[in-house]
Amino acid sequence: MLILTCPNCGLAADETELSPGGEAHLKRFGPGSEDADFEGYLFHRANPKGVHFERWRHAYGCGKWFLAARDTATLEVFGTYPAQTTEPPAEIITRIRARHPDWSPT
Amino acid sequence: MSTRLATGGRLVDRGAQIEFSFNGKRLQGFLGDTLASALLANGQMLVGRSFKYHRPRGIVASGPEEPNALVNLGEAGRFEPNQRATTTELFAGLSARSQNHWPSLEFDIGALNSYAARVLPAGFYYKTFIHPRPFWKHVFEPIIRHSAGLGAAPKDRDADRYEHFYVHVDVLIVGGGVAGLQAALKAGAEGKRVLLVEQTSAWGGRAPVDGGDIDGTTAKEWINTALQALGNMPNVALRTRCMGAGVYDHGYVLAYEHVADHTPQTDAPRHRLWRIRAGHVVTATGAIERPLSFAGNDVPGVMLAAAMRDYVVNFGVSPGDRTVVVTNNDDAYRTAIILHQAGLSVPCIVDARPQADGELAMQAKALGIRVATGAGIATVRGGKRVTGVALCRQAGEGATTEEIACDAVAMSGGWSPVVHLWSHCGGKLVWDDARACFRPDPDRPPRGADGEAFVSVTGAANGDFALAEILPDARVEEPSEAPLLPVWMMPQGAGVAKRAKMWLDFQNDVKVSDVQLAAREGYESVEHTKRYTTLGMATDQGKLSNINGLAVLSHALNAPIPQVGTTTFRPPYTPISMGAIAGEARGDIFQPIRRTPIHDWHEENGAAFEPVGQWRRPYCFPRGQESHAEAVAREITATRTSLGLLDASTLGKILVRGPDAGRFMDMLYTNMMSSLKPGRCRYGLMCNENGFLMDDGVVARLDEDTFLVHTTTGGADHIHAHMEDWLQCEWWDWQVFTANVTEQWAQVAVVGPNARKVLEKLGGDLDLSAAALPFMGWAEGRIGDFRARVFRISFSGELSFEVAVPASRGRAFWKALHEAGAEFGATAYGTEALHVMRAEKGFIMIGDETDGTVIPQDLGLDWAISGKKEDYLGKRAHARAHMTDPARWKLVGLQTLDGSVLPDGSYALAQGRNANGQRNTQGRVTSTYLSPTLGRGIAMGLVLNGPERMGEVLSFNTVGEATVEARIVSPVFYDPEGEKQNV
Ligand SMILES: [Zn+2]
Repeated sequence: MLILTCPNCGLAADETELSPGGEAHLKRFGPGSEDADFEGYLFHRANPKGVHFERWRHAYGCGKWFLAARDTATLEVFGTYPAQTTEPPAEIITRIRARHPDWSPT
Repeated sequence: MSTRLATGGRLVDRGAQIEFSFNGKRLQGFLGDTLASALLANGQMLVGRSFKYHRPRGIVASGPEEPNALVNLGEAGRFEPNQRATTTELFAGLSARSQNHWPSLEFDIGALNSYAARVLPAGFYYKTFIHPRPFWKHVFEPIIRHSAGLGAAPKDRDADRYEHFYVHVDVLIVGGGVAGLQAALKAGAEGKRVLLVEQTSAWGGRAPVDGGDIDGTTAKEWINTALQALGNMPNVALRTRCMGAGVYDHGYVLAYEHVADHTPQTDAPRHRLWRIRAGHVVTATGAIERPLSFAGNDVPGVMLAAAMRDYVVNFGVSPGDRTVVVTNNDDAYRTAIILHQAGLSVPCIVDARPQADGELAMQAKALGIRVATGAGIATVRGGKRVTGVALCRQAGEGATTEEIACDAVAMSGGWSPVVHLWSHCGGKLVWDDARACFRPDPDRPPRGADGEAFVSVTGAANGDFALAEILPDARVEEPSEAPLLPVWMMPQGAGVAKRAKMWLDFQNDVKVSDVQLAAREGYESVEHTKRYTTLGMATDQGKLSNINGLAVLSHALNAPIPQVGTTTFRPPYTPISMGAIAGEARGDIFQPIRRTPIHDWHEENGAAFEPVGQWRRPYCFPRGQESHAEAVAREITATRTSLGLLDASTLGKILVRGPDAGRFMDMLYTNMMSSLKPGRCRYGLMCNENGFLMDDGVVARLDEDTFLVHTTTGGADHIHAHMEDWLQCEWWDWQVFTANVTEQWAQVAVVGPNARKVLEKLGGDLDLSAAALPFMGWAEGRIGDFRARVFRISFSGELSFEVAVPASRGRAFWKALHEAGAEFGATAYGTEALHVMRAEKGFIMIGDETDGTVIPQDLGLDWAISGKKEDYLGKRAHARAHMTDPARWKLVGLQTLDGSVLPDGSYALAQGRNANGQRNTQGRVTSTYLSPTLGRGIAMGLVLNGPERMGEVLSFNTVGEATVEARIVSPVFYDPEGEKQNV
């Protein structure tokens, strides 16, 4: 059972306090978009064994959504950050690179 | 014969005799016995039958690894199957029965399966399922159903109680042997918060039996001193009878404590599930001895060598009078020496190694015990009990060199570290060639949130079997041990007849020949072989069999053991009770129950409740001897003819406010909400991004910046979460906030031709006339003394006012309505009347007409989809090819020709059959009721091209062979012009 620190209220929260929201940083495709783009947005997920960016909601806490960067294989958490961003903060990328020098965002 | 020795038994109290029963027979044991030691003391070596061949099986081990000695334990509400006799502590009145035999343990007809062993090879189930099919159904299945299975299923409600216990520690140590105690001493001295758990009732692990001196004292004294020191540390907690069950992400650990299994008459909870967060976990879980694979190694009387000396030293019980010891290592010599010292006969130590000149071997020889080197067991003699062994050369093919009469065999194939807890959360293993075992790989540990190891391992669990390795800083005196010789088959050239009698998995009846067959048939992955042969899939999860089976597979594949790899270790370490998992969450506190402000009135007035999410809502209010159906009919008639009252407080109420609220509402709903005028209401539909309908309800615009969203009862929480998701994660720059105010308000639907009259009778400052408050309008003011919001909306088709009052005033308002409504025969109605009335009107219900695959267009709700809006959630999805397919099933009404009620979930049949031989279908029933208003069955359903097929008659299936004919009609059965609600 994971522990993730909610960047909104600062609590280190047990997974039972959180609800998962799948992959983070998806770009929404709306009316008028190409079928392939819309399909990718709805259904295609990276599901990596390794570095992953995820959406979590502090559901039984402050109620806020936040994002987490973690390694799905080793369970290492590189950091959590507010949901109001389209890309991970630089310091989290630095932390990921320290552990996985060859990693690059796709 | 196994029997109680005249002296000895460090764990039993010979002054405290206890009576218990086995298969109805009254037997005596001592306080401190396990059920297994007490059975052995009573000469009961035969304890069960094996799963597939029903072979007689005896006690093999002395701990949680026991595969055979599983019993049905207890009676009635305390009955539990598959309990291990070796870990069940004896108590007065314990009653146990053996399992998996018919008609009796001594004479079992299923043992005939044994003669059919050649037709039940590895993969039997898979092969037989495939071909020939009639054989499976008519021949094998009935036999297997009758003979297979372990314990009986409990029939009564569990009489015990259970609890969960939450704890946070710096260091959790699992295992109270010398290694675990040493780890606790170290962490305790560093001032850390320490929890040390031990699965048995006694501290010290194997050391009190196996001996060795530490710093000039015996191991036993060292353990006592350590326990005293730990007891004096306020930061250290110690728990016996508490097993580390599973290690999970980020230091989460479950431990399973047998609180009162051994004292069932006390008031204590039976089991306690410890939910632990540990900064660091130390596994000191010891090792498990491996059996040797020789022919007849499953005959009762063949035991693990260390288990045999456990019974002598710990319980004063001798498993046999004449014991042959067979080994590939020095450790088993301890058993021979202890048996000899207890006055028992050891006719021979059979050592597979060419030489036996270690310190322990020399000690045994000095005692006059014969040692045969380079030797093995060709076969065990005996059926329900060992009568002797035939010896052979280990290097040969098994020709008998001599026969030795004996009634027990002590076997040791070396030791496997208990790596389960290390492995549960991703810790990897390395193969240690010298010790012939897998042990934790320190370079690939389970990692925590910081990326560092959060589990470490010590003692035998790490492959460090000697005290000197466990306590490197102490002065240890113990016999040094010569290296073991890996022996995976005895003799190494055994022919097929012998290999078919060498058991790997005792509980699931998997033999060396089965694994070899799997390899020949092309199974190369150990995970596949496991499933094909069922090796290690029994309740013991292969604690004795996995490594031996893996070694046999690797030999058959001609690949090294580490290359073949292990199967996955999954929690729990041994089975834990369902009661412990449930804890206190049963009965009234299984989950919280939400109660409306009017709930007590419902209870006092005989409501029949139904669960709706976590709410309990009245289904109907039966009076006197009324059936539910009669009550529902009465409630509907009263409402349609005069006045009905519904507690609608559970309806979700969410405030959406801010300068961008209108823009946000237009994204949430398929229809236009920003154009709604303050004072007005509008029905709306919400879809998810997949385009599927997820909720519906009436929106009221409170003011320019504020909307009040009504959701379904079940939707309030997740729709609020859905709104927050989009606001926080996608449109975070929009100025909108939301608040779920569901429980702030009590809401009552005042319904029927006399609805206006009763409200007007209560008085207040609101003009409720049709002119002042028309259909789909809302107003705020006073009704009587009650501050209220009145919404003129109708889910029944009648004149209807939904009145919201502050929650604290709900009960009083409900009472006032009943008093004022008495002259109109005011009638409380429940959810079933609500459903029937909405169906009579053809209104859809989320969860009935929708199931997560239905779009608004399927339900004829195109009018509620705005064509003007550039975007809303689901709009892009509605343009996908599958969504615009004209062949999608669409909503219609269904009217049976005979007036009956269509079966719920029934399908409209089409011509022909599909590839699976099932009837083709062209529609399905989504809602079906008896309409008391119309006096016949009414239904709605989704039908292929339904709206274009009005008047057509379809056949619907039933549970039996019969079909029901129904005509396609408009879904609006009652007041199609909507005149009644609009007055
Ligand atoms: Zn929070």
